[in-house]
Amino acid sequence: MAIKFPSDEWIKELARQLNASESYEKSAKDWEGDFVFVIEPDEHHPAAYLFLGLYHGKSTDAALLSSETERPAEFIIRATFDNWRRVIEGKLDPIQAMMTRKLKLQGDMKKVMRYPKAAKEIVSCCALVPTDFGE
Amino acid sequence: MWYFVSPQIIFGEGALDALDEIEGQRALIVTDAALVKLGLVDRVKAHLKNAGLDMRVFAEVEPEPSLQTVLRGAQVATEYEPDWIIGLGGGSAMDAAKAIWILYERPDIEPSEINPFIRLGLRQKARLITIPTTSGTGAEVTWAIVLTDTAEQRKMGLGNREAVADIAIVDPEMAAGMPPQLTADTGLDALTHAVEGYTCAWHTDITDGLCLQAVRLIFEYLPRAVADGSDMEARERLHNAATAAGLGFGNSLAAMAHSMGHTLGAVFHVPHGRAVGLFLPYTIEFGAREAPDRFAELAALTGCSSAGGEEGALALARRIRELIRQVGAPTSLAELGLSRADFEARLDKMVDDAFNDTSMVSALRTPSYDELRQLFVYAYEGRVVDF
Repeated sequence: MAIKFPSDEWIKELARQLNASESYEKSAKDWEGDFVFVIEPDEHHPAAYLFLGLYHGKSTDAALLSSETERPAEFIIRATFDNWRRVIEGKLDPIQAMMTRKLKLQGDMKKVMRYPKAAKEIVSCCALVPTDFGE
Repeated sequence: MWYFVSPQIIFGEGALDALDEIEGQRALIVTDAALVKLGLVDRVKAHLKNAGLDMRVFAEVEPEPSLQTVLRGAQVATEYEPDWIIGLGGGSAMDAAKAIWILYERPDIEPSEINPFIRLGLRQKARLITIPTTSGTGAEVTWAIVLTDTAEQRKMGLGNREAVADIAIVDPEMAAGMPPQLTADTGLDALTHAVEGYTCAWHTDITDGLCLQAVRLIFEYLPRAVADGSDMEARERLHNAATAAGLGFGNSLAAMAHSMGHTLGAVFHVPHGRAVGLFLPYTIEFGAREAPDRFAELAALTGCSSAGGEEGALALARRIRELIRQVGAPTSLAELGLSRADFEARLDKMVDDAFNDTSMVSALRTPSYDELRQLFVYAYEGRVVDF
């Protein structure tokens, strides 16, 4: 059954997929840094905040937050609902999206740049989450 | 949404004369000692003199330029205060020139901070001219910069769209003195750019034509230029092909052969073009199993095979392997002269680095960690990829 995006259940399922992915584990084995994904509000979607804890190739925690500051995170990525959807569906490459500011990253970019494969693996895991975008 | 960036390109025989018209006060030529000895630096200096510019030469760029070299060059620029920086040479000199330029303009940032996501605000102090003396890297028209962190034995892929040259001077006479092996190595680099630019996940309608024409030109003219370095028609067409391939892949991306080649180069100091060219047929064969269409299309458009699908993709890999043999380059790591013991001792590091290389993200079929290890082993043994 499809899981509503964004939701606590959705981000927890993404964490479960990441923890089952050997490719993600290999590509992020030294990674230390948590993320908050901000879904920017528009006329059809309220703002939402998803926390994803990441440490040494595993997801340590995942939760829907009530605000972007509820849990401290080294990185915050903001995008509209539609752009998040395009990334999750594999229609928008996450690196290209950051280069064109479709995804706006707040945090140490040079650290992120050393793990492009990990970013791609996270998106690959997103594609494994059966997602209901509320249509 | 995507971008296409390019310098003004002045090309063809006599293109170097355009330097006579450059307006400015001081030019810093970033190059290597070999080009000073060969007299190519003097040719550039003569034109700059015609333009009335004062000039200084920084000729310390080594193959696979290090962070330390770039920092020294930036120091020279800071002291000299040029309004033009001229990258003269192969990819190493031109990449070093880009990095020196950035650090001269932005002394507040570290080389590792040069990434595509920040605004650098270049062109406040100087502008950049690139003059390639090999026909391969395409660095004269790209905004990518590859530096080597000698401490970690790791190549650093840096870059920013602002770091593209203002003017690229693509004069075939500047590459006419290349010996056959360098012609082959750099030509295979250009071929790999063109093929990967056409077949990577980031390819675009704007870049496809450049990559396709570059492949056609390289198939036709690389063997001629290697066989007879005085064949100036072949030299010129190959020089143009390398620039077209640079524009093509520089505005899309390279892919898996570059990931594997980068790590081989960093660990065993194999020339870049030889390394990426060696891996190219293996990565095409790997892609052919699950994502053959782009390779097959390229095979059809370049007259390799009209079979389509996996068969067409494999024909492209065969055609490229034939070309590699024809120009006298190795088709396996064993042929390259690596001992099995040395290869196996560094295999884990190579797999690890290639797996996480930036170019890996654009491969149409992404290997698992174990598949990538297997690909290295097949490339060592010269076996056609069958998985």
